[in-house]
Amino acid sequence: MPLMTLRDAIRDHVHDGETVALEGFTHLIPFAAGQEIIRQRRQNLHLVRMTPDLIYDQMVGAGCANRLTFSWGGNPGVGSAHRVREAIEKGWPTPLEIHEHSHAGMAAAYVAGASRLPFGVLRGYFGTDLPEVNPQIRSIQCPYTGEQLTTVPAMNPDVTILHAQKADGEGNVLLSGIIGAQKEAALAARKLIITVEEIVERLDTPMNGVVLPAWVVTAVACVPGGAWPSYARGYYSRDNAFYIAWDDISRDRARFLQWLDRYVYSTVDHAQCVQTLRADGYDL
Amino acid sequence: MSGMDWTPDEMMTVTAARLLWDKAVCFVGIGLPSAAANLARQSHAPDIVLIYESGTIGTRPNVLPLSIGDGELADTAVCVVPLPEIFSYWLQSGRIDVGFLGAAQIDRYGNLNSTVVGRYDAPKTRLPGAGGAPEIATHAKQVFVVIKQSPRSFVAHLDFISSAGFLAGDGERSRRRAPGRGPQAIISDYGVLKPDPVTDEFVLVARYEHVTTESAIAACGWPLKTSEFVEVIAPPTAQELLALRELHARTKAAHAAAVKLPI
Repeated sequence: MPLMTLRDAIRDHVHDGETVALEGFTHLIPFAAGQEIIRQRRQNLHLVRMTPDLIYDQMVGAGCANRLTFSWGGNPGVGSAHRVREAIEKGWPTPLEIHEHSHAGMAAAYVAGASRLPFGVLRGYFGTDLPEVNPQIRSIQCPYTGEQLTTVPAMNPDVTILHAQKADGEGNVLLSGIIGAQKEAALAARKLIITVEEIVERLDTPMNGVVLPAWVVTAVACVPGGAWPSYARGYYSRDNAFYIAWDDISRDRARFLQWLDRYVYSTVDHAQCVQTLRADGYDL
Repeated sequence: MSGMDWTPDEMMTVTAARLLWDKAVCFVGIGLPSAAANLARQSHAPDIVLIYESGTIGTRPNVLPLSIGDGELADTAVCVVPLPEIFSYWLQSGRIDVGFLGAAQIDRYGNLNSTVVGRYDAPKTRLPGAGGAPEIATHAKQVFVVIKQSPRSFVAHLDFISSAGFLAGDGERSRRRAPGRGPQAIISDYGVLKPDPVTDEFVLVARYEHVTTESAIAACGWPLKTSEFVEVIAPPTAQELLALRELHARTKAAHAAAVKLPI
């Protein structure tokens, strides 16, 4: 029975210097877990995510990471991820080594990782400068046709962390809606932590629904609202207004640190973070 | 510009929308491409198939998504597939008619930069990165690019190629056997550029009523060539403007709405 608190799950399973993927493509981003990692002041993580989004903007700005593997690093529909950008441009708060891909390349790397193959293969990166700055992007000759194909090394995180709609009492987890590369990232990892909106008696999964069975899940934590300001289909929608507001909050170091202090370091968990936001007048 | 009852942004979006046709299978980027594709769907191309890289296929959003994966895109889609699948089974397989992209910078051969201005390892401006665009630019049968024109965005030399257009031109793209034909139109806030069939260099073929050919040339960082006869693009019709403004109004209201967490 892998059910535990998020605090215990991060304490026991996420360690300094590890390769950690908090996945979720716009939907089901495990923000509460990311903030718990910040709260527990993890350092020197190699963070992996297709779209760093605000979650890695917060974690990078808080100084949790020294390496980032990614394929698109902005605030979706708004502009820059200012904290990630400042880490790359100015090395603040710590220098950040980057391993940059395209989405298709990262998807192939997760598929290879989940399959325990050494590399993924695609017709990718055609004519781009990405292979010049990321020597991990290479090529191979197809043994059947002779065609040159692009390869990316398998991505096998030490820990993958996801947010999902629900788990049952045994710890089987159901995801639905936009599911990105979560299943691949989950099965590519050595350990898998999942936060869920609720624990239910039965999942009542449609036959081909996306389920991660309890025996591949290291820990499940029930954290309602744990994907905010991203969303959990069927529970709440994306807080686009917060994504827009983040542009101002994150633009300035001091204001970002103030935000981090009030809503992450000074709160004990995600529920208290939400309470504090509400107490400060944020309509949530 | 006096007497104009539309903005240059609206003119650009309407022009981009007009290039799309009914039943086209269109892989859409966020922002202006998404606005244009949905305007097309809500006006002359009701059965256009819109695909976003978040895995939403055949989506019919009532409001424009802020992000590539807003719930609206999933809720109104014919189906939603995982990311590795959207890039391999649907894009790489050659099922996409039009890839619809934006970028920070473009060069005369339609190569795109959305990665970095300055040196990669010592950036002047670090941009978000390539995302899905490199493979969209490779595999879509053709690509349209929507981008505002200025000497800073239409540049003689790109610091970084994030997505390939015609590379160095003169047939390099086809010699290197790219699966798709590459960029076939650039829609800017001055008009429309199309590639020369021999040199692959983009030339101005059409301009908006409210700009001059000279001003378009001045707003370009390379010596922009023009076709022998530069067409004048018809202004937006009342219906086009109404549809676009209603779409933006619905979108604005939706994005400002407060979210209620169930805790």
